[in-house]
Amino acid sequence: MLAELKKPAVETRIHAQTANNKRDVYQIDQLNLWYGADQALKNIDMKIAENEITAVIGPSGCGKSTFIQTLNRMTELIPSVRTSGSIYYRSQNIFDKSFRVEQLRTKVGMVFQKPNPFPKSIFENVVYGPKIHGIKDKRLLADIAEKSLKGAALWEEVKDRLKENATGLSGGQQQRLCIARCLAVEPDVILMDEPTSALDPISTLKIEELVTELKEKYSIVMVTHNMQQAARVSDKTAFFLNGEVIEYDETARMFSSPRDSRTEGYISGRFG
Amino acid sequence: MNEQSSPSVRERIERNTKRRGMTKLTETLMPNVFLICAIISILTTIGIIITLISETLSFFQAVSIIEFMMSSEWYPLHNDASYGIRPLLTGTLVIAFIAMCIAIPFGLASAIFLSEYASDKTRRTVKPILEVLAGVPTIVYGFFALTFVTPILQHLIPSLSIYNALSPGIVVGIMIIPMVASLSEDAMSAVPDSLRQGAFALGSTRLEVAVKVVLPAAFSGIIASFVLAVSRAIGETMIVTVAGGANPTASIDITSAVQTMTAYIVQISLGDAGYGTTEYYSIYAVGMTLFIFTLIMNLLAHFISKRFREVY
Repeated sequence: MLAELKKPAVETRIHAQTANNKRDVYQIDQLNLWYGADQALKNIDMKIAENEITAVIGPSGCGKSTFIQTLNRMTELIPSVRTSGSIYYRSQNIFDKSFRVEQLRTKVGMVFQKPNPFPKSIFENVVYGPKIHGIKDKRLLADIAEKSLKGAALWEEVKDRLKENATGLSGGQQQRLCIARCLAVEPDVILMDEPTSALDPISTLKIEELVTELKEKYSIVMVTHNMQQAARVSDKTAFFLNGEVIEYDETARMFSSPRDSRTEGYISGRFG
Repeated sequence: MNEQSSPSVRERIERNTKRRGMTKLTETLMPNVFLICAIISILTTIGIIITLISETLSFFQAVSIIEFMMSSEWYPLHNDASYGIRPLLTGTLVIAFIAMCIAIPFGLASAIFLSEYASDKTRRTVKPILEVLAGVPTIVYGFFALTFVTPILQHLIPSLSIYNALSPGIVVGIMIIPMVASLSEDAMSAVPDSLRQGAFALGSTRLEVAVKVVLPAAFSGIIASFVLAVSRAIGETMIVTVAGGANPTASIDITSAVQTMTAYIVQISLGDAGYGTTEYYSIYAVGMTLFIFTLIMNLLAHFISKRFREVY
Protein backbone atom coordinates (compact mmCIF):
# COMPACT_ATOMS: atom_id res chain seq x y z
CA MET A 1 0.00 0.00 0.00
CA LEU A 2 1.07 3.52 -0.73
CA ALA A 3 0.84 4.65 2.85
CA GLU A 4 3.44 2.11 3.87
CA LEU A 5 5.90 3.10 1.21
CA LYS A 6 5.79 6.70 2.26
CA LYS A 7 6.77 6.12 5.85
CA PRO A 8 10.10 4.39 5.96
CA ALA A 9 11.51 6.83 8.53
CA VAL A 10 8.93 6.08 11.20
CA GLU A 11 8.99 2.39 10.46
CA THR A 12 12.74 2.12 10.82
CA ARG A 13 12.65 3.90 14.10
CA ILE A 14 10.13 1.43 15.46
CA HIS A 15 12.11 -1.48 14.12
CA ALA A 16 15.41 -0.41 15.38
CA GLN A 17 14.40 -2.05 18.59
CA THR A 18 13.90 -5.43 17.01
CA ALA A 19 17.10 -7.34 16.72
CA ASN A 20 17.16 -8.22 13.04
CA ASN A 21 16.03 -4.91 11.63
CA LYS A 22 12.76 -6.13 10.19
CA ARG A 23 9.69 -3.96 9.92
CA ASP A 24 6.79 -4.47 12.25
CA VAL A 25 3.40 -5.57 11.00
CA TYR A 26 1.75 -4.96 14.33
CA GLN A 27 2.34 -2.55 17.13
CA ILE A 28 0.11 -3.11 20.13
CA ASP A 29 -0.27 -0.36 22.70
CA GLN A 30 -1.92 -0.81 26.07
CA LEU A 31 -4.43 -3.35 24.84
CA ASN A 32 -7.08 -4.35 27.36
CA LEU A 33 -10.01 -6.64 26.69
CA TRP A 34 -12.99 -7.65 28.77
CA TYR A 35 -15.57 -10.37 28.34
CA GLY A 36 -18.41 -8.70 30.22
CA ALA A 37 -16.84 -7.99 33.59
CA ASP A 38 -13.91 -10.41 33.23
CA GLN A 39 -10.71 -8.89 32.00
CA ALA A 40 -9.01 -11.30 29.62
CA LEU A 41 -6.14 -9.11 28.38
CA LYS A 42 -4.26 -6.64 30.52
CA ASN A 43 -2.10 -3.81 29.21
CA ILE A 44 -0.53 -5.68 26.36
CA ASP A 45 2.37 -3.90 24.65
CA MET A 46 3.95 -5.84 21.81
CA LYS A 47 5.49 -5.44 18.42
CA ILE A 48 5.22 -8.19 15.86
CA ALA A 49 7.84 -8.24 13.13
CA GLU A 50 7.24 -9.16 9.53
CA ASN A 51 8.43 -12.40 7.96
CA GLU A 52 8.85 -13.95 11.33
CA ILE A 53 7.00 -16.57 13.26
CA THR A 54 5.83 -15.26 16.59
CA ALA A 55 4.69 -17.96 18.96
CA VAL A 56 2.23 -17.23 21.73
CA ILE A 57 2.39 -19.69 24.59
CA GLY A 58 0.81 -19.97 28.00
CA PRO A 59 -1.51 -22.13 30.05
CA SER A 60 -5.20 -22.57 29.15
CA GLY A 61 -7.27 -19.50 29.81
CA CYS A 62 -4.30 -17.12 29.79
CA GLY A 63 -5.76 -15.06 26.97
CA LYS A 64 -3.50 -16.20 24.14
CA SER A 65 -6.35 -17.17 21.79
CA THR A 66 -8.22 -14.01 22.69
CA PHE A 67 -5.08 -12.07 21.90
CA ILE A 68 -4.61 -13.32 18.36
CA GLN A 69 -8.33 -13.09 17.67
CA THR A 70 -8.09 -9.43 18.58
CA LEU A 71 -5.46 -8.97 15.87
CA ASN A 72 -8.09 -9.50 13.15
CA ARG A 73 -10.97 -8.29 15.30
CA MET A 74 -12.63 -11.72 15.39
CA THR A 75 -13.33 -11.09 19.07
CA GLU A 76 -15.97 -8.59 17.97
CA LEU A 77 -18.21 -11.47 16.97
CA ILE A 78 -18.76 -12.07 20.68
CA PRO A 79 -21.32 -9.50 21.81
CA SER A 80 -20.02 -8.93 25.36
CA VAL A 81 -16.46 -8.05 24.34
CA ARG A 82 -15.05 -4.61 25.10
CA THR A 83 -11.55 -3.43 24.25
CA SER A 84 -9.37 -0.43 25.02
CA GLY A 85 -5.97 0.61 23.76
CA SER A 86 -4.77 0.43 20.19
CA ILE A 87 -3.43 -2.05 17.71
CA TYR A 88 -1.55 -0.59 14.77
CA TYR A 89 -1.48 -2.82 11.74
CA ARG A 90 0.98 -1.34 9.24
CA SER A 91 0.67 1.95 11.13
CA GLN A 92 -3.13 2.08 10.96
CA ASN A 93 -5.16 1.68 14.11
CA ILE A 94 -7.45 -1.26 13.45
CA PHE A 95 -9.97 0.08 15.97
CA ASP A 96 -10.43 3.29 13.97
CA LYS A 97 -13.99 3.81 12.83
CA SER A 98 -12.78 4.39 9.29
CA PHE A 99 -10.93 1.07 9.22
CA ARG A 100 -13.05 -1.57 7.55
CA VAL A 101 -12.92 -4.85 9.38
CA GLU A 102 -13.41 -6.85 6.15
CA GLN A 103 -10.30 -5.22 4.73
CA LEU A 104 -8.31 -6.09 7.84
CA ARG A 105 -9.43 -9.71 7.71
CA THR A 106 -8.52 -9.93 4.04
CA LYS A 107 -5.00 -8.76 4.85
CA VAL A 108 -4.76 -10.82 8.00
CA GLY A 109 -5.77 -14.42 7.43
CA MET A 110 -6.57 -16.91 10.12
CA VAL A 111 -6.24 -20.65 10.58
CA PHE A 112 -8.31 -22.15 13.37
CA GLN A 113 -7.76 -24.81 15.97
CA LYS A 114 -10.14 -27.26 14.37
CA PRO A 115 -10.05 -27.46 10.58
CA ASN A 116 -13.19 -25.71 9.32
CA PRO A 117 -13.50 -26.29 5.58
CA PHE A 118 -16.82 -25.21 4.07
CA PRO A 119 -19.05 -28.11 3.02
CA LYS A 120 -18.22 -27.39 -0.60
CA SER A 121 -15.75 -28.86 -3.07
CA ILE A 122 -12.01 -28.56 -2.44
CA PHE A 123 -11.77 -26.10 -5.32
CA GLU A 124 -14.67 -23.95 -4.07
CA ASN A 125 -13.11 -23.83 -0.64
CA VAL A 126 -9.86 -22.41 -1.95
CA VAL A 127 -11.42 -19.86 -4.28
CA TYR A 128 -14.06 -18.71 -1.77
CA GLY A 129 -11.95 -15.73 -0.66
CA PRO A 130 -10.96 -14.52 -4.13
CA LYS A 131 -14.57 -14.92 -5.27
CA ILE A 132 -16.11 -12.82 -2.53
CA HIS A 133 -13.49 -10.20 -3.27
CA GLY A 134 -14.74 -9.98 -6.83
CA ILE A 135 -12.40 -12.24 -8.83
CA LYS A 136 -14.56 -13.99 -11.43
CA ASP A 137 -12.16 -15.03 -14.21
CA LYS A 138 -12.28 -18.83 -14.30
CA ARG A 139 -8.69 -19.29 -15.53
CA LEU A 140 -7.38 -16.96 -12.86
CA LEU A 141 -9.37 -18.77 -10.16
CA ALA A 142 -7.96 -22.10 -11.34
CA ASP A 143 -4.45 -20.64 -11.16
CA ILE A 144 -5.08 -19.27 -7.69
CA ALA A 145 -6.38 -22.64 -6.54
CA GLU A 146 -3.32 -24.47 -7.86
CA LYS A 147 -0.87 -21.94 -6.46
CA SER A 148 -2.54 -21.84 -3.04
CA LEU A 149 -2.81 -25.61 -2.77
CA LYS A 150 0.86 -25.92 -3.78
CA GLY A 151 1.67 -23.26 -1.20
CA ALA A 152 -0.08 -25.33 1.43
CA ALA A 153 1.70 -28.54 0.28
CA LEU A 154 -1.62 -30.16 -0.59
CA TRP A 155 -1.67 -29.97 -4.38
CA GLU A 156 -0.17 -33.37 -5.11
CA GLU A 157 -2.67 -35.09 -2.84
CA VAL A 158 -5.82 -33.44 -4.19
CA LYS A 159 -5.12 -32.31 -7.75
CA ASP A 160 -7.20 -35.12 -9.23
CA ARG A 161 -10.20 -34.60 -6.99
CA LEU A 162 -10.69 -30.87 -6.74
CA LYS A 163 -14.43 -31.31 -7.31
CA GLU A 164 -14.87 -33.62 -4.35
CA ASN A 165 -16.31 -32.40 -1.09
CA ALA A 166 -13.66 -31.07 1.25
CA THR A 167 -15.21 -32.79 4.24
CA GLY A 168 -13.96 -36.11 2.81
CA LEU A 169 -10.32 -35.16 3.43
CA SER A 170 -8.37 -36.29 6.48
CA GLY A 171 -7.96 -33.89 9.41
CA GLY A 172 -4.41 -32.94 8.42
CA GLN A 173 -5.43 -32.42 4.80
CA GLN A 174 -8.39 -30.32 5.89
CA GLN A 175 -6.12 -28.11 7.95
CA ARG A 176 -3.75 -27.64 5.00
CA LEU A 177 -6.81 -26.88 2.87
CA CYS A 178 -7.75 -24.17 5.38
CA ILE A 179 -4.23 -22.80 5.06
CA ALA A 180 -4.58 -22.88 1.26
CA ARG A 181 -7.93 -21.08 1.56
CA CYS A 182 -6.19 -18.47 3.63
CA LEU A 183 -3.27 -18.13 1.16
CA ALA A 184 -5.64 -17.69 -1.78
CA VAL A 185 -6.39 -14.07 -0.90
CA GLU A 186 -2.63 -13.42 -0.59
CA PRO A 187 -2.72 -12.08 2.93
CA ASP A 188 0.08 -10.22 4.66
CA VAL A 189 -0.19 -11.86 8.06
CA ILE A 190 -1.43 -15.32 8.99
CA LEU A 191 -2.79 -15.91 12.47
CA MET A 192 -2.81 -19.52 13.61
CA ASP A 193 -4.77 -20.54 16.65
CA GLU A 194 -3.28 -23.87 17.78
CA PRO A 195 -3.33 -25.13 14.20
CA THR A 196 -2.03 -28.59 15.05
CA SER A 197 -3.79 -29.35 18.31
CA ALA A 198 -6.44 -31.49 16.60
CA LEU A 199 -3.94 -33.33 14.40
CA ASP A 200 -1.81 -36.46 14.62
CA PRO A 201 2.01 -36.15 14.92
CA ILE A 202 2.72 -36.71 11.22
CA SER A 203 0.21 -34.09 10.11
CA THR A 204 1.60 -31.80 12.79
CA LEU A 205 5.08 -32.20 11.40
CA LYS A 206 3.85 -31.40 7.90
CA ILE A 207 2.11 -28.25 9.10
CA GLU A 208 5.21 -27.19 11.01
CA GLU A 209 7.40 -27.61 7.93
CA LEU A 210 4.84 -25.68 5.95
CA VAL A 211 4.73 -22.85 8.46
CA THR A 212 8.51 -22.55 8.35
CA GLU A 213 8.35 -22.21 4.56
CA LEU A 214 5.50 -19.73 4.71
CA LYS A 215 7.43 -17.21 6.76
CA GLU A 216 9.46 -16.33 3.67
CA LYS A 217 6.39 -14.57 2.34
CA TYR A 218 4.11 -14.05 5.31
CA SER A 219 4.29 -12.89 8.89
CA ILE A 220 2.89 -15.53 11.18
CA VAL A 221 1.51 -15.36 14.68
CA MET A 222 0.89 -18.78 16.13
CA VAL A 223 -0.75 -19.77 19.37
CA THR A 224 0.47 -23.12 20.58
CA HIS A 225 0.08 -25.34 23.59
CA ASN A 226 3.09 -27.29 22.56
CA MET A 227 6.33 -25.75 23.84
CA GLN A 228 8.51 -27.95 21.66
CA GLN A 229 6.57 -26.65 18.71
CA ALA A 230 7.17 -23.06 19.75
CA ALA A 231 10.87 -23.85 20.21
CA ARG A 232 11.09 -25.67 16.86
CA VAL A 233 9.40 -23.19 14.56
CA SER A 234 9.20 -19.72 16.05
CA ASP A 235 11.57 -16.79 15.94
CA LYS A 236 10.05 -14.97 18.86
CA THR A 237 7.92 -16.20 21.70
CA ALA A 238 5.47 -14.39 23.94
CA PHE A 239 4.56 -16.00 27.23
CA PHE A 240 1.08 -15.10 28.45
CA LEU A 241 -0.20 -15.64 31.96
CA ASN A 242 -3.56 -14.45 33.31
CA GLY A 243 -4.00 -12.03 30.44
CA GLU A 244 -0.58 -10.43 30.75
CA VAL A 245 2.55 -10.76 28.70
CA ILE A 246 5.11 -12.03 31.18
CA GLU A 247 7.96 -12.31 28.76
CA TYR A 248 8.45 -11.63 25.07
CA ASP A 249 11.78 -12.34 23.46
CA GLU A 250 13.76 -14.25 20.87
CA THR A 251 12.64 -17.86 21.12
CA ALA A 252 16.16 -19.26 21.44
CA ARG A 253 16.97 -16.89 24.23
CA MET A 254 13.73 -17.34 26.09
CA PHE A 255 13.98 -21.10 26.08
CA SER A 256 17.65 -21.15 27.09
CA SER A 257 17.61 -18.43 29.72
CA PRO A 258 14.18 -17.12 30.65
CA ARG A 259 14.27 -13.87 32.59
CA ASP A 260 11.13 -14.40 34.61
CA SER A 261 10.82 -17.27 37.05
CA ARG A 262 7.21 -17.86 35.93
CA THR A 263 8.35 -18.30 32.35
CA GLU A 264 10.98 -20.72 33.50
CA GLY A 265 8.40 -22.60 35.53
CA TYR A 266 6.08 -22.90 32.55
CA ILE A 267 8.57 -23.87 29.87
CA SER A 268 10.26 -26.38 32.12
CA GLY A 269 6.87 -27.95 32.71
CA ARG A 270 6.49 -27.16 36.39
CA PHE A 271 3.00 -25.76 35.85
CA GLY A 272 0.40 -25.17 33.17
CA MET B 1 -20.76 -41.26 61.71
CA ASN B 2 -21.26 -44.32 63.74
CA GLU B 3 -20.44 -47.26 61.54
CA GLN B 4 -22.28 -49.88 63.53
CA SER B 5 -25.67 -48.18 63.65
CA SER B 6 -25.74 -47.09 60.01
CA PRO B 7 -24.86 -49.61 57.31
CA SER B 8 -22.29 -48.60 54.72
CA VAL B 9 -23.35 -47.58 51.25
CA ARG B 10 -22.10 -50.88 49.90
CA GLU B 11 -24.29 -52.80 52.34
CA ARG B 12 -27.31 -50.70 51.48
CA ILE B 13 -26.81 -51.32 47.80
CA GLU B 14 -26.45 -55.04 48.36
CA ARG B 15 -29.63 -55.12 50.38
CA ASN B 16 -31.48 -53.22 47.69
CA THR B 17 -30.20 -55.51 44.97
CA LYS B 18 -32.23 -58.34 46.46
CA ARG B 19 -35.34 -56.25 46.22
CA ARG B 20 -34.76 -55.56 42.56
CA GLY B 21 -36.69 -58.64 41.48
CA MET B 22 -39.64 -56.27 41.04
CA THR B 23 -37.55 -54.07 38.86
CA LYS B 24 -36.89 -57.02 36.60
CA LEU B 25 -40.61 -57.45 35.97
CA THR B 26 -41.13 -53.80 35.12
CA GLU B 27 -38.00 -53.90 32.98
CA THR B 28 -39.57 -56.56 30.77
CA LEU B 29 -43.11 -55.22 31.00
CA MET B 30 -42.53 -51.58 30.20
CA PRO B 31 -40.96 -52.05 26.74
CA ASN B 32 -44.11 -53.92 25.71
CA VAL B 33 -46.32 -51.11 26.98
CA PHE B 34 -44.28 -48.65 24.97
CA LEU B 35 -44.46 -50.92 21.93
CA ILE B 36 -48.25 -51.16 22.15
CA CYS B 37 -48.56 -47.37 22.32
CA ALA B 38 -46.38 -47.08 19.25
CA ILE B 39 -48.35 -49.76 17.41
CA ILE B 40 -51.66 -47.98 18.09
CA SER B 41 -50.66 -44.96 16.08
CA ILE B 42 -49.29 -47.12 13.29
CA LEU B 43 -52.50 -49.19 13.25
CA THR B 44 -54.58 -46.02 13.08
CA THR B 45 -52.63 -44.88 10.05
CA ILE B 46 -53.02 -48.26 8.40
CA GLY B 47 -56.76 -48.18 9.20
CA ILE B 48 -57.13 -44.78 7.59
CA ILE B 49 -55.28 -45.92 4.49
CA ILE B 50 -57.40 -49.07 4.21
CA THR B 51 -60.65 -47.08 4.54
CA LEU B 52 -59.40 -44.59 1.97
CA ILE B 53 -58.44 -47.30 -0.48
CA SER B 54 -61.61 -49.39 -0.13
CA GLU B 55 -63.97 -46.42 -0.39
CA THR B 56 -61.94 -45.05 -3.27
CA LEU B 57 -62.31 -48.39 -5.04
CA SER B 58 -66.09 -48.20 -4.55
CA PHE B 59 -65.97 -44.77 -6.17
CA PHE B 60 -64.05 -46.07 -9.15
CA GLN B 61 -66.69 -48.77 -9.71
CA ALA B 62 -69.13 -45.96 -10.51
CA VAL B 63 -66.73 -43.56 -12.21
CA SER B 64 -63.91 -44.55 -14.50
CA ILE B 65 -60.42 -43.63 -13.35
CA ILE B 66 -59.82 -42.14 -16.80
CA GLU B 67 -62.70 -39.72 -16.39
CA PHE B 68 -61.42 -38.89 -12.91
CA MET B 69 -57.97 -38.03 -14.17
CA MET B 70 -58.74 -36.61 -17.61
CA SER B 71 -62.06 -34.76 -17.44
CA SER B 72 -61.76 -31.07 -16.78
CA GLU B 73 -65.17 -30.74 -15.18
CA TRP B 74 -66.24 -31.44 -11.64
CA TYR B 75 -70.02 -31.35 -11.23
CA PRO B 76 -70.78 -34.07 -8.69
CA LEU B 77 -74.17 -32.62 -7.71
CA HIS B 78 -75.57 -32.25 -11.21
CA ASN B 79 -77.99 -34.76 -12.65
CA ASP B 80 -75.44 -35.34 -15.34
CA ALA B 81 -72.55 -35.58 -12.88
CA SER B 82 -68.97 -35.20 -14.02
CA TYR B 83 -66.01 -36.25 -11.90
CA GLY B 84 -62.80 -34.78 -13.23
CA ILE B 85 -60.32 -34.05 -10.43
CA ARG B 86 -58.50 -31.36 -12.43
CA PRO B 87 -60.55 -28.35 -11.27
CA LEU B 88 -60.02 -29.28 -7.62
CA LEU B 89 -56.36 -29.99 -8.26
CA THR B 90 -55.95 -26.67 -10.04
CA GLY B 91 -57.64 -24.82 -7.18
CA THR B 92 -55.41 -26.56 -4.66
CA LEU B 93 -52.19 -25.94 -6.55
CA VAL B 94 -53.03 -22.30 -7.30
CA ILE B 95 -53.62 -21.65 -3.61
CA ALA B 96 -50.45 -23.54 -2.67
CA PHE B 97 -48.45 -21.60 -5.28
CA ILE B 98 -49.69 -18.21 -4.04
CA ALA B 99 -49.01 -19.31 -0.48
CA MET B 100 -45.43 -20.31 -1.30
CA CYS B 101 -44.85 -17.00 -3.10
CA ILE B 102 -45.58 -15.35 0.24
CA ALA B 103 -44.09 -17.90 2.62
CA ILE B 104 -40.72 -18.56 0.97
CA PRO B 105 -39.38 -14.98 0.77
CA PHE B 106 -40.79 -13.86 4.11
CA GLY B 107 -40.03 -17.10 5.90
CA LEU B 108 -36.49 -17.33 4.59
CA ALA B 109 -35.78 -13.67 5.30
CA SER B 110 -37.05 -14.08 8.87
CA ALA B 111 -34.89 -17.18 9.26
CA ILE B 112 -31.78 -15.35 8.03
CA PHE B 113 -32.51 -12.45 10.35
CA LEU B 114 -33.07 -14.69 13.36
CA SER B 115 -30.12 -16.94 12.74
CA GLU B 116 -27.50 -14.51 11.44
CA TYR B 117 -28.36 -11.03 12.66
CA ALA B 118 -30.56 -11.14 15.72
CA SER B 119 -28.98 -11.06 19.15
CA ASP B 120 -29.64 -13.99 21.43
CA LYS B 121 -32.19 -11.96 23.32
CA THR B 122 -34.09 -10.94 20.20
CA ARG B 123 -34.11 -14.50 18.94
CA ARG B 124 -35.42 -15.77 22.25
CA THR B 125 -38.28 -13.26 22.12
CA VAL B 126 -39.15 -13.36 18.43
CA LYS B 127 -39.09 -17.10 17.80
CA PRO B 128 -41.78 -17.99 20.37
CA ILE B 129 -43.95 -15.18 18.97
CA LEU B 130 -43.59 -16.63 15.48
CA GLU B 131 -44.52 -20.02 16.81
CA VAL B 132 -47.63 -18.58 18.48
CA LEU B 133 -48.64 -17.36 15.03
CA ALA B 134 -48.50 -20.99 13.94
CA GLY B 135 -50.89 -21.89 16.76
CA VAL B 136 -53.71 -19.57 15.69
CA PRO B 137 -56.72 -21.74 14.71
CA THR B 138 -57.07 -21.85 10.95
CA ILE B 139 -60.74 -20.83 11.08
CA VAL B 140 -59.55 -17.49 12.49
CA TYR B 141 -57.23 -17.14 9.52
CA GLY B 142 -60.18 -17.99 7.28
CA PHE B 143 -62.27 -15.11 8.55
CA PHE B 144 -59.21 -12.89 8.53
CA ALA B 145 -58.92 -13.66 4.80
CA LEU B 146 -62.62 -13.16 4.09
CA THR B 147 -63.33 -10.07 6.16
CA PHE B 148 -59.99 -8.28 6.21
CA VAL B 149 -57.71 -9.28 3.35
CA THR B 150 -60.36 -9.65 0.65
CA PRO B 151 -61.84 -6.13 1.16
CA ILE B 152 -58.35 -4.61 1.04
CA LEU B 153 -57.54 -6.53 -2.11
CA GLN B 154 -60.84 -5.42 -3.63
CA HIS B 155 -59.66 -1.83 -3.29
CA LEU B 156 -56.59 -2.73 -5.31
CA ILE B 157 -58.28 -5.08 -7.76
CA PRO B 158 -61.88 -3.91 -8.28
CA SER B 159 -62.80 -6.99 -10.32
CA LEU B 160 -61.97 -9.30 -7.42
CA SER B 161 -64.95 -11.35 -6.32
CA ILE B 162 -65.78 -11.89 -2.64
CA TYR B 163 -64.65 -15.49 -2.90
CA ASN B 164 -61.36 -15.80 -4.73
CA ALA B 165 -58.08 -17.69 -4.78
CA LEU B 166 -55.80 -14.74 -4.09
CA SER B 167 -56.91 -13.82 -0.61
CA PRO B 168 -56.90 -17.32 0.95
CA GLY B 169 -53.66 -18.02 -0.93
CA ILE B 170 -51.99 -15.03 0.71
CA VAL B 171 -53.37 -15.92 4.12
CA VAL B 172 -52.31 -19.57 3.84
CA GLY B 173 -48.90 -18.14 2.98
CA ILE B 174 -48.94 -15.97 6.09
CA MET B 175 -49.98 -18.97 8.12
CA ILE B 176 -47.02 -21.06 6.98
CA ILE B 177 -44.39 -18.30 7.29
CA PRO B 178 -43.63 -19.37 10.88
CA MET B 179 -43.18 -22.94 9.75
CA VAL B 180 -40.72 -22.00 7.01
CA ALA B 181 -38.98 -19.50 9.29
CA SER B 182 -38.72 -21.82 12.24
CA LEU B 183 -37.54 -24.91 10.33
CA SER B 184 -35.12 -22.92 8.17
CA GLU B 185 -33.79 -21.17 11.25
CA ASP B 186 -33.22 -24.53 12.89
CA ALA B 187 -31.29 -25.68 9.83
CA MET B 188 -29.21 -22.49 9.75
CA SER B 189 -28.51 -22.50 13.47
CA ALA B 190 -27.25 -26.06 13.11
CA VAL B 191 -24.46 -24.80 10.84
CA PRO B 192 -21.43 -24.72 13.12
CA ASP B 193 -20.01 -21.35 14.09
CA SER B 194 -16.58 -22.49 12.96
CA LEU B 195 -17.77 -22.15 9.34
CA ARG B 196 -18.96 -18.60 9.97
CA GLN B 197 -15.65 -17.77 11.63
CA GLY B 198 -13.77 -19.24 8.68
CA ALA B 199 -15.74 -17.04 6.32
CA PHE B 200 -15.43 -13.92 8.47
CA ALA B 201 -11.69 -14.50 8.74
CA LEU B 202 -11.44 -14.31 4.95
CA GLY B 203 -12.96 -10.83 4.98
CA SER B 204 -16.60 -11.74 4.32
CA THR B 205 -19.35 -9.35 5.31
CA ARG B 206 -22.27 -10.58 7.38
CA LEU B 207 -24.47 -10.86 4.31
CA GLU B 208 -21.82 -12.85 2.44
CA VAL B 209 -21.48 -15.21 5.37
CA ALA B 210 -25.26 -15.67 5.49
CA VAL B 211 -25.82 -16.10 1.76
CA LYS B 212 -22.64 -17.81 0.57
CA VAL B 213 -21.74 -20.01 3.52
CA VAL B 214 -24.66 -20.56 5.88
CA LEU B 215 -27.46 -20.87 3.28
CA PRO B 216 -25.65 -23.44 1.13
CA ALA B 217 -24.59 -25.38 4.22
CA ALA B 218 -28.18 -25.43 5.50
CA PHE B 219 -29.63 -25.97 2.03
CA SER B 220 -31.13 -29.39 2.60
CA GLY B 221 -32.92 -28.32 5.77
CA ILE B 222 -34.24 -25.20 4.09
CA ILE B 223 -35.57 -27.07 1.06
CA ALA B 224 -37.14 -29.63 3.36
CA SER B 225 -38.90 -26.80 5.18
CA PHE B 226 -40.26 -25.51 1.86
CA VAL B 227 -41.55 -28.92 0.87
CA LEU B 228 -43.21 -29.46 4.23
CA ALA B 229 -44.77 -26.00 3.90
CA VAL B 230 -46.14 -26.89 0.44
CA SER B 231 -47.56 -30.04 1.92
CA ARG B 232 -49.20 -27.99 4.66
CA ALA B 233 -50.59 -25.51 2.12
CA ILE B 234 -52.06 -28.31 0.01
CA GLY B 235 -53.73 -29.85 3.04
CA GLU B 236 -55.01 -26.55 4.44
CA THR B 237 -58.79 -26.64 4.73
CA MET B 238 -60.58 -23.97 6.73
CA ILE B 239 -59.05 -20.88 5.15
CA VAL B 240 -59.86 -22.00 1.63
CA THR B 241 -63.32 -23.21 2.59
CA VAL B 242 -64.20 -19.89 4.20
CA ALA B 243 -62.58 -17.49 1.76
CA GLY B 244 -62.03 -19.44 -1.46
CA GLY B 245 -65.58 -20.18 -2.47
CA ALA B 246 -67.01 -23.37 -3.91
CA ASN B 247 -66.49 -23.09 -7.61
CA PRO B 248 -64.41 -25.93 -9.04
CA THR B 249 -62.77 -24.59 -12.15
CA ALA B 250 -59.85 -25.78 -14.21
CA SER B 251 -59.03 -22.29 -15.42
CA ILE B 252 -56.36 -20.40 -13.57
CA ASP B 253 -57.94 -17.13 -12.48
CA ILE B 254 -56.85 -15.97 -9.07
CA THR B 255 -59.49 -13.25 -8.86
CA SER B 256 -62.52 -15.54 -9.01
CA ALA B 257 -63.83 -18.26 -6.75
CA VAL B 258 -62.18 -21.67 -6.73
CA GLN B 259 -62.57 -24.89 -4.85
CA THR B 260 -59.76 -26.96 -3.43
CA MET B 261 -59.77 -30.66 -2.72
CA THR B 262 -60.07 -30.02 0.99
CA ALA B 263 -62.88 -27.50 0.60
CA TYR B 264 -64.80 -29.98 -1.52
CA ILE B 265 -64.46 -32.65 1.15
CA VAL B 266 -65.85 -30.18 3.71
CA GLN B 267 -68.76 -29.26 1.45
CA ILE B 268 -69.81 -32.87 0.90
CA SER B 269 -69.17 -33.95 4.50
CA LEU B 270 -71.47 -31.21 5.74
CA GLY B 271 -74.35 -33.20 4.37
CA ASP B 272 -74.89 -32.40 0.73
CA ALA B 273 -74.62 -36.05 -0.22
CA GLY B 274 -76.33 -39.13 1.17
CA TYR B 275 -74.38 -42.13 2.40
CA GLY B 276 -73.56 -44.66 -0.30
CA THR B 277 -74.03 -42.29 -3.21
CA THR B 278 -71.32 -41.66 -5.75
CA GLU B 279 -70.88 -38.11 -4.43
CA TYR B 280 -70.33 -39.58 -1.02
CA TYR B 281 -67.62 -41.93 -2.29
CA SER B 282 -66.07 -39.13 -4.29
CA ILE B 283 -64.77 -37.48 -1.14
CA TYR B 284 -62.66 -40.57 -0.54
CA ALA B 285 -61.24 -40.44 -4.03
CA VAL B 286 -60.43 -36.77 -3.49
CA GLY B 287 -59.07 -37.57 -0.05
CA MET B 288 -56.89 -40.28 -1.55
CA THR B 289 -55.51 -37.84 -4.12
CA LEU B 290 -54.79 -35.37 -1.36
CA PHE B 291 -53.16 -38.07 0.71
CA ILE B 292 -50.94 -39.14 -2.17
CA PHE B 293 -49.85 -35.56 -2.75
CA THR B 294 -48.96 -34.80 0.86
CA LEU B 295 -47.33 -38.22 1.24
CA ILE B 296 -45.11 -37.56 -1.78
CA MET B 297 -44.24 -34.13 -0.41
CA ASN B 298 -43.34 -35.48 3.01
CA LEU B 299 -41.28 -38.30 1.54
CA LEU B 300 -39.54 -35.78 -0.69
CA ALA B 301 -38.74 -33.57 2.29
CA HIS B 302 -37.41 -36.58 4.15
CA PHE B 303 -35.34 -37.69 1.18
CA ILE B 304 -33.89 -34.22 0.61
CA SER B 305 -32.91 -33.71 4.20
CA LYS B 306 -31.28 -37.17 4.30
CA ARG B 307 -29.65 -37.22 0.91
CA PHE B 308 -28.31 -33.70 0.78
CA ARG B 309 -27.48 -33.19 4.39
CA GLU B 310 -24.04 -31.74 4.83
CA VAL B 311 -21.71 -33.41 7.24
CA TYR B 312 -19.78 -30.67 8.91
